[in-house]
Amino acid sequence: MEHRGSSEEPSSENAPQEPARNVGRRRFLGYLVAAPTLAVAAHLGQSTTAPRAADAVIPSPPEQSEIYDLNDLLTLAARPTSNLIAVVINSDGTASFDMPRAESGQGITTMAAMLIAEELELPLDKINVTLADARPELLFNQFTAASNTAISMYEPIRTAAAIARERLLGAAAVQLGVTVDRLTVRAGVVYAPDGRAVAYGELTARAASQRTTEVEATLKDPSEFTVIGTPRNRIDALAAITGRKTFAMDRAVPDALPTMICRPPTIKGTPRSVANADQVRQMPGVTHVVQIATGIAVRAKTFGQCIDAVNALDVTWNPGTVDSESDDTVLATLREAEADFSLLHTGEVVEGDFVFHFRNNAALEPNTAVTDVRADRAEIWAPLQAPILCQEQVAEQLGLPLDAVTVHVEQAGGAFGRRMFNDVVLEATEASRKMGQPVKLMWHRTDECRQGRMHPMCTSRVRASVSGGNVLTFEQLHTSVATDYTQGFGEIISAKVGTVPSMGMANEEGYAKPVFNATVNVPYHFGSVSHGLEEIYTYDTFPTGSVRNLVNPDVRTAQELIVDQIADKMGKDPYEFRREFVDDDRVRAVLDKAAQEGEWGRDMAPGTAQAITVHKEYKGATACLVEIDCRDETVNRDVRNAVTGPRVTKVVMAVDAGLAINPRGLQAQMQGGIMDGIAQALTSSLHLRDGVLLEGSWDDYFYTRHWNAPFETRVIVMPPTTGEPGGAGELGVPSAMAAVACAYARATGTVPTSFPINHDTLSFTPKPTVPPLPPSPTNGLKFAY
Amino acid sequence: MRTHTFIVNGERVHVKIEADVRLLWVLRDVLGINGPKYGCGINVCKACTSHINGKAFNPCSVRVGDIKGGDEITTIEGLPDTVGEDLHPMQKAWLERDVAQCGYCQPGQIMAAVAKVRQARDEGHEISDADIDEIRNICRCGTYARIREAIKDGAEKM
Ligand code: FES
Ligand code: FES
Repeated sequence: MEHRGSSEEPSSENAPQEPARNVGRRRFLGYLVAAPTLAVAAHLGQSTTAPRAADAVIPSPPEQSEIYDLNDLLTLAARPTSNLIAVVINSDGTASFDMPRAESGQGITTMAAMLIAEELELPLDKINVTLADARPELLFNQFTAASNTAISMYEPIRTAAAIARERLLGAAAVQLGVTVDRLTVRAGVVYAPDGRAVAYGELTARAASQRTTEVEATLKDPSEFTVIGTPRNRIDALAAITGRKTFAMDRAVPDALPTMICRPPTIKGTPRSVANADQVRQMPGVTHVVQIATGIAVRAKTFGQCIDAVNALDVTWNPGTVDSESDDTVLATLREAEADFSLLHTGEVVEGDFVFHFRNNAALEPNTAVTDVRADRAEIWAPLQAPILCQEQVAEQLGLPLDAVTVHVEQAGGAFGRRMFNDVVLEATEASRKMGQPVKLMWHRTDECRQGRMHPMCTSRVRASVSGGNVLTFEQLHTSVATDYTQGFGEIISAKVGTVPSMGMANEEGYAKPVFNATVNVPYHFGSVSHGLEEIYTYDTFPTGSVRNLVNPDVRTAQELIVDQIADKMGKDPYEFRREFVDDDRVRAVLDKAAQEGEWGRDMAPGTAQAITVHKEYKGATACLVEIDCRDETVNRDVRNAVTGPRVTKVVMAVDAGLAINPRGLQAQMQGGIMDGIAQALTSSLHLRDGVLLEGSWDDYFYTRHWNAPFETRVIVMPPTTGEPGGAGELGVPSAMAAVACAYARATGTVPTSFPINHDTLSFTPKPTVPPLPPSPTNGLKFAY
Repeated sequence: MRTHTFIVNGERVHVKIEADVRLLWVLRDVLGINGPKYGCGINVCKACTSHINGKAFNPCSVRVGDIKGGDEITTIEGLPDTVGEDLHPMQKAWLERDVAQCGYCQPGQIMAAVAKVRQARDEGHEISDADIDEIRNICRCGTYARIREAIKDGAEKM
């Protein structure tokens, strides 16, 4: 990766001259906002740009996603409601930007600061990016999902910053008595040719506008970029490593005491009655015990005392939604719903049938919400991917007007799709209202495992036919437990389309199938290609959601396992085969890069193997080369209380995100995707038995740990291709999961058909469901090291 | 209910609370020290990792009543002071490698890394991949690759 220089010290020779910036460039529209210091706004959601090819009619499946992916849907959804974001220049010389998106580790605050730094020519550390409260007027534009943030923010933020810079230069010209074209800017200071200088902070009042007016700006040409495309560290890194980064549970709201919920023994059970509420109220630290819709809420001086009180409650429960369901009954129902292959598969047939089990989508920071409900208003602090929907739901729940509900978006300790759902806020709101006190409600880890949301169990069947050196047909039929799309596009009207019963299978027809068709593709020239989705149950039978990607980790893993078999049938090397058949030059370029940097084809010991796969989505492409060690001595290595199994020893991924705004952030996202891919292929799943998820914490839900992580992980960021940023958060998972699965098949000689590969052996003793929470141990000092 | 006294990040504290409340909640809910994070409450995620008398431990699984008057607890907030700098070398390595994503697990990861390096040295060797494999701190954002690099960098400066 090339480092193209630093924004902090552009030399005056290189500083772009004003007239040059205006020639032959697209003009972007923004607004000067009437304010005491300079404030510049721009439309959010790409409405500043000329119409793009994406406005063409939606082509029909099967390969809809190639032309028109999920991001186009989101971006178009945003268009008619486009609203404003604003960059403000403060008198201390800093710039502020209140971002209507959720930061959950994916690095979007850093990215936003980089876009501002680029156009404004202000150092990164002088740019404060905060997370905006819910702003209902933004409608679809305050929804963090589908890795859409970089795509939708790229031009609006730069437009606002570019206008601010022009305006500041204009003010400097007046103050210094020099024409604008003779001024230069360095790190937020404007210089006259004679060396006289004036800082942005001194100019902002003069540059401010008396009234709100429309203005135009030109943006830098990519050849002039000194910040965008260069690797930068996260702007919140220092806060994170000193413990100063604040999450919802660190928020000190007066009287918002720790609160937890005693939950039912089976999925979505409900409370009927409590036998000993009064006794529990007398327990040390406990202040309140109230029944809410999902369980019994307990408020106490410390969370530890909440845990003890929750476990002391004697509750009678109503059954849940799936008390008679287990892995095998769900699988049987999936099997019944499977569609028949419809293409005519002549020639030699290659086929496979794969099962993907339930996976938990919890982040490390548990669901947390601080709420303060009063008679006439409510205030909420929580990490939220869909804050407007949250505000609307809380207003509806309390019977308050929308503007009586304030929703503050907190930094999230991971999201992965979980924080699109506002259930923790609704619980906290109900508890705060019934207790008449503010609460800080946190889910216990065991709640997250047993009552949290999960990636739906599914089957994926692939049938392909081969003749001579060609693939004639490739058909994939995916059958899944319904995914809950009721968070819609983050706003209550669209969310309700997912639930209105009169619309029948609205969730499936309205969201699940369009999303499937908008995201799934077969990135190879395989003749006649077809894929389809069937869902079982309704959206709310199981609590489901996405887990760092929707269907593609499973869908693409099934495909790539078959691709390896087709290559084998033709007697071709897996890499050479993909090279020949891949249907996109960008995909071929990342494939070549990963193969070359990962030393594809090097000698591997028996029991170990390489595999290589590709993926394209979110206007980007990845290729992933994996080396795995499946030798007995590795598989059976001993780590106390841990699942070991095959070890992925090395991963090399090449990624083309169109334009990587921050290549270092992109690398981090891909590395995270790799760890998810390893987990989903090898170790991470939930076991369902009679309506209970057996996993109860991180010691039995086996997400990738240090002892499962590769010794070497390399991510190569390709130079810009399309010049437009693509999505990153979820892009890395599918090729990584597929490559691990393919490597396992090549190392062991057995193609796995059930994922994760260790699912069929239960390697732990399930924690009890009553009392619901595992008590905290007391022997911690024994393990000090 | 008795008053418990011990040292946290160089300062003596007095806390009046039931003896069986786990130290994590005393630190977070009573003393407002938020660096140690909750991720499981049963000593498996290690997000709460802090030091007691220089050794890594998990306060979610220790009763406050078991902490003695002379015990020194160090959380991420107090780590720089243990070397008399603005940042501990391990924290600097974390910054240089831009390790954190959401950051939620990182205070615990850093506290574990510092103790692991010391433990290896006490055993007469420098930290290796095998030692890092023994670290139990989970990172749901998947920053393991950068942690592995940062630990080795940080160890060199310790
Ligand atoms: S909260 Fe202490 S180890 Fe998980
Ligand atoms: S950085 Fe998010 S859990 Fe580790």
